[in-house]
Amino acid sequence: MSSEQELEAVIGLEIHVQLSTRTKMFCGCELSFGDRANVHTCPICLAHPGVLPVPNRTAIEYALLIAAALECEVAPRSIFHRKNYFYPDSPKAYQISQYDVPIAGAGRLGDVRIHRAHLEEDAAKMVHVGHHRGRIQGSDDSLVDFNRGGTPLVEIVTEPDLRSGAQVREWGQLLRATIRQLGVSDVNMEEGSLRCDANVSVRPVGSDEFGTKTEMKNMNSFRFIERGIEAEVARQKELIASGGQVVQETLHFDPATGELHSLRSKEEAHDYRYMPEPDLVPVVPTRQMLDAAAAALPELPAERSQRYREELGVSEGAALKLSFDLEWAEFFEGVIAHHPEIEPRAAANWVTGEFAAELRKQGDQALGETVVTPDSLGALVRLVGSKRISHSSAKAVLAEMVADGADPLEVVEERGLEQISDSGELEKIVAQAIDENPAPAEQVRSGNEKAIGALVGAVMKATQGRADGGEVTRLLRRDLGL
Amino acid sequence: MAEHELLAATATETAGLIADGVVSSDECLNAWLDRAAEDRLNGYLWKADRAAAMRGVDPDSGAPGAGVPVAVKDIFCTTGVPTTAGSRILEGYIPPYTSTALSRLSASGMPMIGKTNMDEFAMGSSNENSAYGPVLNPWDHGRVPGGSSGGSAAVVAGRLAPWALGTDTGGSIRQPAALCGIVGLKPTYGAISRYGMIAFASSLDQCGPLTRDVTDAALMLSRLQGRDEMDSTSVGIEGGVELPSAVDLNGLRFGIPADLIGEGLEAGVRKVFEQTTAAIERLGGSIESIALPHSDHGISAYYVLAPAEASTNLARYDGVRYGMRESEDDLVSMYEETRGAGFGPEVKRRIMLGTYALSSGYYEAYYGRAQRVRTMIVRDFDKAFGQVDFVVTPTSPTVAFGLGEKTGDPWTMYLNDLYTVPMSLAGIPAISIPAGTAGPAGGGPELPVGFQIAAPAFAEQSLLEAAFALEREIGFEQEPQEVER
Repeated sequence: MSSEQELEAVIGLEIHVQLSTRTKMFCGCELSFGDRANVHTCPICLAHPGVLPVPNRTAIEYALLIAAALECEVAPRSIFHRKNYFYPDSPKAYQISQYDVPIAGAGRLGDVRIHRAHLEEDAAKMVHVGHHRGRIQGSDDSLVDFNRGGTPLVEIVTEPDLRSGAQVREWGQLLRATIRQLGVSDVNMEEGSLRCDANVSVRPVGSDEFGTKTEMKNMNSFRFIERGIEAEVARQKELIASGGQVVQETLHFDPATGELHSLRSKEEAHDYRYMPEPDLVPVVPTRQMLDAAAAALPELPAERSQRYREELGVSEGAALKLSFDLEWAEFFEGVIAHHPEIEPRAAANWVTGEFAAELRKQGDQALGETVVTPDSLGALVRLVGSKRISHSSAKAVLAEMVADGADPLEVVEERGLEQISDSGELEKIVAQAIDENPAPAEQVRSGNEKAIGALVGAVMKATQGRADGGEVTRLLRRDLGL
Repeated sequence: MAEHELLAATATETAGLIADGVVSSDECLNAWLDRAAEDRLNGYLWKADRAAAMRGVDPDSGAPGAGVPVAVKDIFCTTGVPTTAGSRILEGYIPPYTSTALSRLSASGMPMIGKTNMDEFAMGSSNENSAYGPVLNPWDHGRVPGGSSGGSAAVVAGRLAPWALGTDTGGSIRQPAALCGIVGLKPTYGAISRYGMIAFASSLDQCGPLTRDVTDAALMLSRLQGRDEMDSTSVGIEGGVELPSAVDLNGLRFGIPADLIGEGLEAGVRKVFEQTTAAIERLGGSIESIALPHSDHGISAYYVLAPAEASTNLARYDGVRYGMRESEDDLVSMYEETRGAGFGPEVKRRIMLGTYALSSGYYEAYYGRAQRVRTMIVRDFDKAFGQVDFVVTPTSPTVAFGLGEKTGDPWTMYLNDLYTVPMSLAGIPAISIPAGTAGPAGGGPELPVGFQIAAPAFAEQSLLEAAFALEREIGFEQEPQEVER
């Protein structure tokens, strides 16, 4: 391979989503996070002799909902398999999963194709204590908490359609928002209810063959995933450019050091001895179950973002931010519903821009905590839109609204923030600013347009921000002969 | 009523005596506890005292069978009672829950008098694979009782229990019933819940009664069967099960699979088989020859599928959560030493076979092919049942063999299951009834011979009716030496 040949990354993802059902996948134990160890267990999830699994109907319904959201083909008859491996986190020494006939086949989310999605059960949680903490080798004791064992999971596998770490982050966020919206999972990466593995390889641009891939395991934020993938892609490109070959292995990315560590090579890969699970009958979704899933499907982020952009003219950035979070989307829709005369684009910019910033500034408030209503924010946007107040006045009003729920009109009236709409008055102030600031005025006249900023600032100061910035600039330029 | 009369009664008769107030449930339990205490067959691994036997049981509930004690194969998990599955690896294990089958018997008012010995994890045809020593055949203490439900068969035949619960994966109820001269019924797969029954091969395991006569088998089955929400593969028997009453076999057709009745069948067993088919004809039934062309591959398919399932079912015995644990040096040595010391040779052999059959690259050649053979055997039976109502064979090709006689050659041992395995693979019900006695091939006193009748899936009622009529015509009355007269 020529070293000058440009290489591209090819990335596919495997995403584990813990379902937020009330009980476990194959027994009646309640799901929990953070409870005392081993309190949510029973003979079934501890794999006592003689126990049998019984599938959780809600988990199957949630999987069908995910399948519908990802536009997957649903298998008329999918089967469970046993995936055999010995480890204390797997009490049966096999995981009940799906293998060659998963519940959901080919689908799509945004610009990435879904290969499949299947149902399985989560492993228990292990804690290694003592000398070599964190790994079973060399630790003094290894403790198992079976509370998590048996939690329903849906594993989503994409086609290798992703090309960069940044794309993985963006798409991953879309997937997370989509599943959150379905209400079937907490999708919290830190708590492990959403876990992402990435398969990474590189190949010459234009090739349709695949290079040798490495697998990156269990990264717990999309930022780390982005960085980990970028690091791995860079490593593989360098390796190939220097005439080396990528070795198939499983890697761990340490976000603290930015380093990649090998966990195991292909030679150490397990033979899982998959076998059809004889204790379970095939999953055959009824027409009613499929219809119910389709009917329960809310408007999903990708769809909503498209509607905001195409029907409401919202900017792409604001549309994305609003679509990813139902709470924000509902707030935005409340604003435009109360004030149909304002421009949705402006409303979306105010909601995702100044308003979100002000919430962060004043004690990092969540949207649910604010005293500001969609109606009052809409009233503020309307005042700006009709040019009754300037943008900078509006920011001041917003600060008061966020602080104590003040009514924007009252604030404007009390503080006399109404914009100077009399052009005669503004012209006088502009002329005065030119007179009082001869140096920048001369610079502008001699061609340095940037110097106009000082003059705009002087006008704003004189009007206490009540002037329309665009109009001020227009008048200054006119008077300075530009 | 004298104790020996009580012990001579069948379970159904005993239930009637209790219901009619002729004996109290207390007297009945005491008589049987005393009897079980005299076990010289190593049939029991655990014997109940009064309190333990009565736990959760109302013997005077009036439910069918109420008050009649039952012996239970040590493969059924029982709250607070040691449950070993005949294995060292479960020594000291006390389950925190009770199997559905046993719960149903308790709910019918049947006290549990003890847990019976068995081949380790139900793997065996002679009961010599028990980690707790072999069970002796009550007809001849030098011979095996069959297996794997050898303890259950021996205690019923030796009158150490009125009746017993066993499990059958490839013949483990029917073959010991035949070798001990009692009735053994393997119901249709799915007729009875498997919840709490320690798994050997999940797609084949099914529990059922070992009893003195066909009526007792029907009575116990009627209490056991039914859908259980803890077992997604259970469906129950539609319409339930009633006590049989047929007096003839008029118009019924019985098929003999010519492919199966060949070499390896002892002359004495063949003779009893022929006498029994003649009895069928006397009762108005007809005998036809049928083809089960793939059944001779049954043993090969079975010994791939059952070990494959067993290899994963037995993977949970790892020393982590319960049972025995050897070595705590590190994880791998704990696994290896626990399993190395806890499992016996036959169990290890099957785990190895099954692990190999499921390995990447071999799966299709072994497991995949065995599954296809199984499908063909199912079709063979479907076709046969288009022609006849029942399929009949000897239950076992031989009478009870000597202790140690076949332990050196697993394949010869596996051939014991030749007649019982095809029905297991097809999931259909089959019953073994005592049909006579025959001298063993090497000479010696007469030993019981079993006759197997198989029916289409969920046709238990017609199977029991036919077996009931035939049982009366045969009039088998011999008793083993164990039984004091």
